[in-house]
Amino acid sequence: MAYRWTNTLTSEDVTPYSAYLNRRQLMGGAAAGVIASSVPMASSAQEALEPNTWEEITTYNNFYEFGTGKDDPARNAHRLTIDPWTVQIDGLVDKPGDYSFADIMSQMTIEERIYRFRCVEAWSMVIPWNGFELADLLDWVGVQSNAKYVAFETALRPDEMPGVSRPVLDWPYVEGLRLDEAMHPLTMMATGIYGRDIPKQNGAPMRLVVPWKYGFKSIKSIVRITLTEEEPPASWNVANPREYGFYSNVNPNVDHPRWSQATERKIGGGLFAKRQPTLMFNGYEDEVASLYEGMDLSEFI
Amino acid sequence: MVDALNTGLRRVPPWLLYVAAPVPVIWIFYLGLTGQLGVDPAKVIEHELGLWSLWLIIAGLAVTPLRRFAGVNLLKFRRAIGVITFFYLLAHLLTWLVLDVQFQNVWADIVKRWYITVGMVAFALMLPLALTSNNWSVRKLGAGVWRKLHKLVYPIAILGALHFLLLVKGFQWEPILYTLVIVGLLATRVKWSNLMTRTSLVRG
Repeated sequence: MAYRWTNTLTSEDVTPYSAYLNRRQLMGGAAAGVIASSVPMASSAQEALEPNTWEEITTYNNFYEFGTGKDDPARNAHRLTIDPWTVQIDGLVDKPGDYSFADIMSQMTIEERIYRFRCVEAWSMVIPWNGFELADLLDWVGVQSNAKYVAFETALRPDEMPGVSRPVLDWPYVEGLRLDEAMHPLTMMATGIYGRDIPKQNGAPMRLVVPWKYGFKSIKSIVRITLTEEEPPASWNVANPREYGFYSNVNPNVDHPRWSQATERKIGGGLFAKRQPTLMFNGYEDEVASLYEGMDLSEFI
Repeated sequence: MVDALNTGLRRVPPWLLYVAAPVPVIWIFYLGLTGQLGVDPAKVIEHELGLWSLWLIIAGLAVTPLRRFAGVNLLKFRRAIGVITFFYLLAHLLTWLVLDVQFQNVWADIVKRWYITVGMVAFALMLPLALTSNNWSVRKLGAGVWRKLHKLVYPIAILGALHFLLLVKGFQWEPILYTLVIVGLLATRVKWSNLMTRTSLVRG
């Protein structure tokens, strides 16, 4: 189990927790003086895809169940009860049932994956996730031969989620993957960041991570996984099919109708951060392009 | 109450607004430069300046109804409010151009993306208003023409609200509230009695 996909980034690339705390202090001190960009930040470190800081990853989130502002999830998500947590796994599986998060964790091998994360809003981060391959979970519950898709559902708790009182989307948030996408070794269930438990604003206790797709595909705080024969609904696709397709692969050549997807702003570069070119499949082209062979990616957005 | 307010306002010179106007802009950029606007400061500044522009447009549109319905006279501040609105809009536009999209595909964005098209049209319509916001222009154009020209602020306000409506993801209340306020303020200018007479004439 595990380590079927080899990371080009290693744990060496992760800034140790204590080191980045120091760096924060350094930057804070320098910023008070002149400007933040005067801090000696090796440009080669940027080339090597330095992961974002814990602070950046955990304070800048889209999790509309807790509000539409980027800082709303960090402010409101503490209300989410994640213990106990049950995931209903059903549909075309051999062992359907309600699985406690602890049960799942006891069966899975946790590893670290440093992935690029590209939001459909044209910003990006690099995140050191901890978690397990979704394929391992699916193998454990046994996928039946007629299953073609995997549907996911986020918890819907009006008492704990202030954002769901407003009809921004048709709650609960749902997402889906084709079975081969779900079984791909890059696809993971994240349960941690920087070796710590994943914070609630990032989708605790368990969220999907599909690094070659726009961030909204990586559904958070999952309570249900259903294997299906038909393509399942995906919330943003339902809300606005012209802007958000079922596939939503990162693709610099196909613009969002309201903005270009050719470039992105990496979070954490400060006020004058330069836009960077967006990579096909978010840089995972070698690994995943074959999944879409023969498909017109400007049609299947 | 209203009289006291008006008397107090009479003592406030309009140039004070021009002195105060840059303060929020400088403050927002100071916060951005010192890392106090979160991890994506350019977006926050862009959004804040956009909101300030809308607030200022609403403030400008509120002057007439405030006088008519509440008796509060802010007329002498209206030109300053308008000129300041223009500069906030300019700051918003420059933030988008320099810090956000960084001059990439700007023209393509303007013609292709509806919310940007709408925003740019609003800004373009604002230019003649900003350029004629001086006594010389009022004299040169004549008060009637000048007043007619400055009614462009009505479509500008509508376009501003539309710009906000078009850019949010999903269903959100905030831009809808702005739109309702702006439409409400414009509705106070419609001479309903005239409209009624006209309709009844047609009917008659």
